[in-house]
Amino acid sequence: MIAQLRTAERQLALILSGLVAFAGLVMAAVGRGDPMGAQGWIVALCAGLVVIFLLRGLDGPEPVEDRATAYYDDPTRVGILISLAWAVVAMSTGVWVASQLAWPDLRFDGAWSSFGRIRPAHTSGVIFGFGGNALIATSFHVMQRTSRARLAGQVSPWFVLFGFNLFCIVAASGYLMGITQSKEYAEPEWYADIWLVIVWVTYFTLYIRTLARRNEPHIYVANWYYMAFILVMAILHIVNNLAIPASFAGAKSYSAFSGVQDAMIQWWYGHNAVAFFLTAGFLGMLYYFLPKRAERPIYSYRLSILSFWGIVFFYIWVGSHHLHYTALPQWVQTLGMTFSIMLLIPSWASAGNALMTLNGAWHKVRDDATLRFMMVAAVFYGLSTFEGSFMAVRAVNSLSHYTDWTVGHVHSGAMGWVAMITFGSIYAVVPLLWRKESMYSWKLVEWHFWLALAGTVIYVFAMWNSGIIQGLMWRTYTDSGTLAYSFTDSLVAMHPYYVARAVGGGLFVAGAVLCAFNVLMTIRRVPDRVPEYDHPTSSEAGEPAVPAGE
Amino acid sequence: MWRKLLSPFARMFEFQARTHYRAERHSMALTIGIILAAAVGGFVEIAPLFTIDETVEADPDMRVYTPLEQAGRDIYVREGCYACHSQMIRTLQDEVDRYGPYSLAVESQYDHPMLWGSKRTGPDLARVGGKYSDDWQVRHLVDPRALVPESVMPQYAFLLDTTLETASLPGRLAALRAVGVPYTDAQIENAVSDTIGQAQPDGERADGTFERYGDDTNVRAFDGRRDLLTEMDALVAYLQILGDLTDLPARTQPARGE
Repeated sequence: MIAQLRTAERQLALILSGLVAFAGLVMAAVGRGDPMGAQGWIVALCAGLVVIFLLRGLDGPEPVEDRATAYYDDPTRVGILISLAWAVVAMSTGVWVASQLAWPDLRFDGAWSSFGRIRPAHTSGVIFGFGGNALIATSFHVMQRTSRARLAGQVSPWFVLFGFNLFCIVAASGYLMGITQSKEYAEPEWYADIWLVIVWVTYFTLYIRTLARRNEPHIYVANWYYMAFILVMAILHIVNNLAIPASFAGAKSYSAFSGVQDAMIQWWYGHNAVAFFLTAGFLGMLYYFLPKRAERPIYSYRLSILSFWGIVFFYIWVGSHHLHYTALPQWVQTLGMTFSIMLLIPSWASAGNALMTLNGAWHKVRDDATLRFMMVAAVFYGLSTFEGSFMAVRAVNSLSHYTDWTVGHVHSGAMGWVAMITFGSIYAVVPLLWRKESMYSWKLVEWHFWLALAGTVIYVFAMWNSGIIQGLMWRTYTDSGTLAYSFTDSLVAMHPYYVARAVGGGLFVAGAVLCAFNVLMTIRRVPDRVPEYDHPTSSEAGEPAVPAGE
Repeated sequence: MWRKLLSPFARMFEFQARTHYRAERHSMALTIGIILAAAVGGFVEIAPLFTIDETVEADPDMRVYTPLEQAGRDIYVREGCYACHSQMIRTLQDEVDRYGPYSLAVESQYDHPMLWGSKRTGPDLARVGGKYSDDWQVRHLVDPRALVPESVMPQYAFLLDTTLETASLPGRLAALRAVGVPYTDAQIENAVSDTIGQAQPDGERADGTFERYGDDTNVRAFDGRRDLLTEMDALVAYLQILGDLTDLPARTQPARGE
């Protein structure tokens, strides 16, 4: 890792991590007696480890070869490994959280281990830890290949990757200590939010600078999605997290917005985290790795344009469908519902474009579990976007809202779409990144595929059942016009589904563990093979970066 | 005929594709395009919520949280109670029958952030204030399954043993004032005293709490212990005020059958 850096770059990295460690110590000193102090120590520890690592490699030999002739894959490799680590940890946490609802005594006795504190650790760990690292790592890979140029920076990719993970660690450890803003999917407090802005600006700058070096006249469609992911997440993050700290020596802050405006801004953020983090970013992955693996060009360039701009424009409007029948003015609810339905067009255009790309390669889908991961991801993407538009209809929402149906919907997207496309991409990219012949075991990939699919289906069916039963029980009246069921009755009815959900989640985690094992064994055991074309070139030379259409 | 009808659209689509083919050679064109396309929806839906007066009902009687209640609210946030309990009764008959009058926007006017929630693993709490006794709330928080055997709620016995940290309360109220909650200077200055006063009935400090927050303020030893100010006091004080900050919903929504 350090061997690729020149001395000046090593010194820059050392200064940056030293500054972060210092900032951590300041936080620890200022925040004594507040949970922020503990967070300061965590920051100082993480940054301190990087400092030690850098100091040990500071005097190593400088790189001799011309670095511009090769892609810079170290950050991608590390990012993939970190992403897998988060996957195992955060998904296991998910199984634990889910089990607490079936067997509440699994909470044990610590204050830190209650459902309310570990649930955000699960959601953030999966979305940002697993998903975010996978997005950053694959975006580095994809932008270099589709631009035929090396990353435009030696230190900044590391800053982005490690800076982002520092955010994740501060966030997850904070939840366990009770540090939260309570804004769903934006729980970290003000200092973590400010740090993320710094990291994110660096990320976008790196992206634009790399694109500026490209040896291809056109910016490939995968990059549009990654750019939309980076840009819009920045806007959402900054606006939703506007807050005033109660004290600069403490973690607690109060949102700049209140009540109905805060609710609208929260769900404008919340649903577009789904749109631009969990959809746009992963569509970027899909648009690169699926055609690449299938060795088929994207079915339709025009559909790509239509669906891209449709998603960017329509998605932003739909957040208010989380607030049907609430104190939010009806006109905003109606706009949210209308745009949610229209959103189905670009969503299905994307899913259809992906599936049509597989025409002529279906035998590969049959034989290759890696490609099958991507195909199933596209199918689940289509299904869960349909379900989402359906649930956004006010009448449906009156039943589904506040129930497990929502949880099931989210997980059909998160497990079926986001995780499947990520695992498919990881299996596709790992042998290339480590210059290996293939994955260690294709059988394990096959096992992982079926575990993941079975886990997702069990999970989603359990939550459909529990959600719909719950919703119906809440609204059932007796003949004499009184409510037929107490809340507790509905809770008792959920128990078997909560058990099933934990089982489904368990299968899914087992698959993720197999994936991590398979990747590690690939790195250690599989013979090397240097691919023929995988270095920056001019646009005329070699084979195309992505299979080309006519 | 279809071909004829669709041809203008096809031409437009063709033109768009060609324009895009040129535009996608420029990263800044994409950047600006993405920002513009993504800005419209948020702007149209959010900005008017701050300017249209009818968004939030006018209610001069709406009161602010006392510092003890706000401290309890902060504990509610800290423990992630919002992950399982909503505080938003929708305008649906069964919800009104189960939980009481549907929630009005004004009721969360001073809620930074709002805690409307998104999931009901447990029941809605928007009007739980006064529904159960302090003693029930305390025992339920200590061991939910002792009172409701089917419950899956975590135990919060440690709240009873944790002294409430009060030193930061003036700063908290000041920050809340900075974001728009109308706390007075006197309320901020006396935040610590008013907090202790609210949990010590008949104490000297209780007079100040009444004076600054009104005679209807709940002043009780919420956790049953007059001499100790714990996190349990704060959380129960918060739960007991939920739905009682204003009586506007009860006034404007006649009970069923009336």
